[in-house]
Amino acid sequence: MKWIVNNRMNAIYIIIAAFLFLLPFVYESRNMLILLTQIFVFAILAMSYDLLLGFTGIVSFGHAMFFGIGAYSIGIFMKRLEPTMLHFIYAVLATILITAIVSFIVGLLTLRLKSHFYAMLTMALAGLFLVLAEKWRTLTFGNDGFTFRVPELFIDRTNFYIICLVSMIAVFMILKRFTNSPLGRVLQAIRENEQRTESLGYQVLHYKIAASVVSGVLAGIAGIFYAMSLRYVNTSVFAMDITLDALLMTIIGGVGTLVGAIIGAGLIEFAHDGLTELAKEHWIFERWIIFFGIIYILVVIFFPLGIVGTLRKFTWIRKKQHPAKKKENLAG
Amino acid sequence: MTTLIETDQLSITFGGHTAVDSVSIKVSEKHFKSIIGPNGAGKTTFFNLLSGQLAPTKGKIYFRGKDITKLSPTKRTREGIGRSFQITNVFPNLTVLENVRLAVQSRAGVRYQMLFHYKKYREFEVKALEWLRLVLLDDKVDSLASNLAHGEKRKLEMAMLLALETEVLLLDEPTAGMSLEDVPAILEVIKRIKDQGNRTIILIEHKMDMILDLSDSVMVLFNGRLLADGTPEEIMKNETVQSAYLGGISL
Repeated sequence: MKWIVNNRMNAIYIIIAAFLFLLPFVYESRNMLILLTQIFVFAILAMSYDLLLGFTGIVSFGHAMFFGIGAYSIGIFMKRLEPTMLHFIYAVLATILITAIVSFIVGLLTLRLKSHFYAMLTMALAGLFLVLAEKWRTLTFGNDGFTFRVPELFIDRTNFYIICLVSMIAVFMILKRFTNSPLGRVLQAIRENEQRTESLGYQVLHYKIAASVVSGVLAGIAGIFYAMSLRYVNTSVFAMDITLDALLMTIIGGVGTLVGAIIGAGLIEFAHDGLTELAKEHWIFERWIIFFGIIYILVVIFFPLGIVGTLRKFTWIRKKQHPAKKKENLAG
Repeated sequence: MTTLIETDQLSITFGGHTAVDSVSIKVSEKHFKSIIGPNGAGKTTFFNLLSGQLAPTKGKIYFRGKDITKLSPTKRTREGIGRSFQITNVFPNLTVLENVRLAVQSRAGVRYQMLFHYKKYREFEVKALEWLRLVLLDDKVDSLASNLAHGEKRKLEMAMLLALETEVLLLDEPTAGMSLEDVPAILEVIKRIKDQGNRTIILIEHKMDMILDLSDSVMVLFNGRLLADGTPEEIMKNETVQSAYLGGISL
């Protein structure tokens, strides 16, 4: 009981996770399952983006690059290999390695640049990969994309749902630990004041590259799951929309919070789905992107901290009323 | 007394304007040196050269006899030269404790550890609290740095600098922009650091009374050139200094 009182947030996370685990066994709706799976996949992508945007203060416009590389890499491997579990594991490891190498090289080339120059260059590089996917037909089959087979285990929607859920939780926990490690705390210092971090004796570039490699690999993993959920991959995985979605999810949920990225992913995917449904009622909802734009502008104006950030601010003010108590904790 | 920092004909030119012109000084260990000079004399530029923010056009800098002219600011901090900035320069959205803790962590060399929780290194927080106590800021540990008053931010910056435990402290106008009632507190902090007696301090300052009390020696910069270098008493008597700088200022 005492643990629950002290770790209220953790208790809430566990309850929600347990609920999501049980959901497919009590509520059988194929559409709901697919939607939730999609949310988990994009939550991984949004969290990986949050590591850059919210923790390190890097605005990347080329995040789709890693997502796309993950998706294509698993697709190409699985198309050429027999869809057995062993081959699948090899393919995943190879994909992780590829995204790590690419994000390292991209980071090395781009991270010396400041803010908007960096954003532009990453956008250009993502565009380069899009063109590559279109033109390297022997490998990627151009714009049409290709289908591929996955191991038996992943074909069942419920299994795949559970795997995505577990992966999302794992990524959440890994990133939680990563951002709270001594290295992660330096990332937040870089976000706050790069020059000062440098004069404290930290080599900023190393940290930025570390963040970008971790973020790139996780985005690649999101790409793997995305491609596997469709068992099909085409050039749309490299599209700017993917980066923008990740950006929106992170900002709406709350930058620098991780859990905000998950909530943002949930909201945006639900909104996608709901607004498309509404299109049957009135034609205006076919242009759901308009509503997205409006929501986005409203959030940025009124809740610049996002949902989680705003909530936290209020609880923080409440906590602040007992400074004596906090001091005691620290002294002990 | 061994020489700790030495500059040899140090110069920097910005497109025809020579901001620092052939300045050669020697600072020995555990020395307290002040730099004075009118606005635009090149004091801060000289600091930027020492700390590595700027690269000199000509001349060399030696630290413990080793040529450090080409080292980056990060490397110089690790070698043992820490500096404060004239503009307040802290991490605004982190707590006061975290600001200092990051400096302690850097000092301890825990730079790339990513597997453990930072709270595992409890000694960093304890150490950070000690520094905050020294600069008289221990009642604000949980505030965000952005919520501090200007004087408190300067103290915080001082604590971060101290936490690096560098042998040399370069203090760039620690009382700049501070209200008069805040000045004694920061002077007290500087005095405390000096009394610890294990640091070499170089200080840029406008407030003459403070320099006279604390400094072992004073150097005067004027138009980028070294005008005079000596004990506070010598500087006060020096006539060139009187006319160039002190003439306009009432003591």
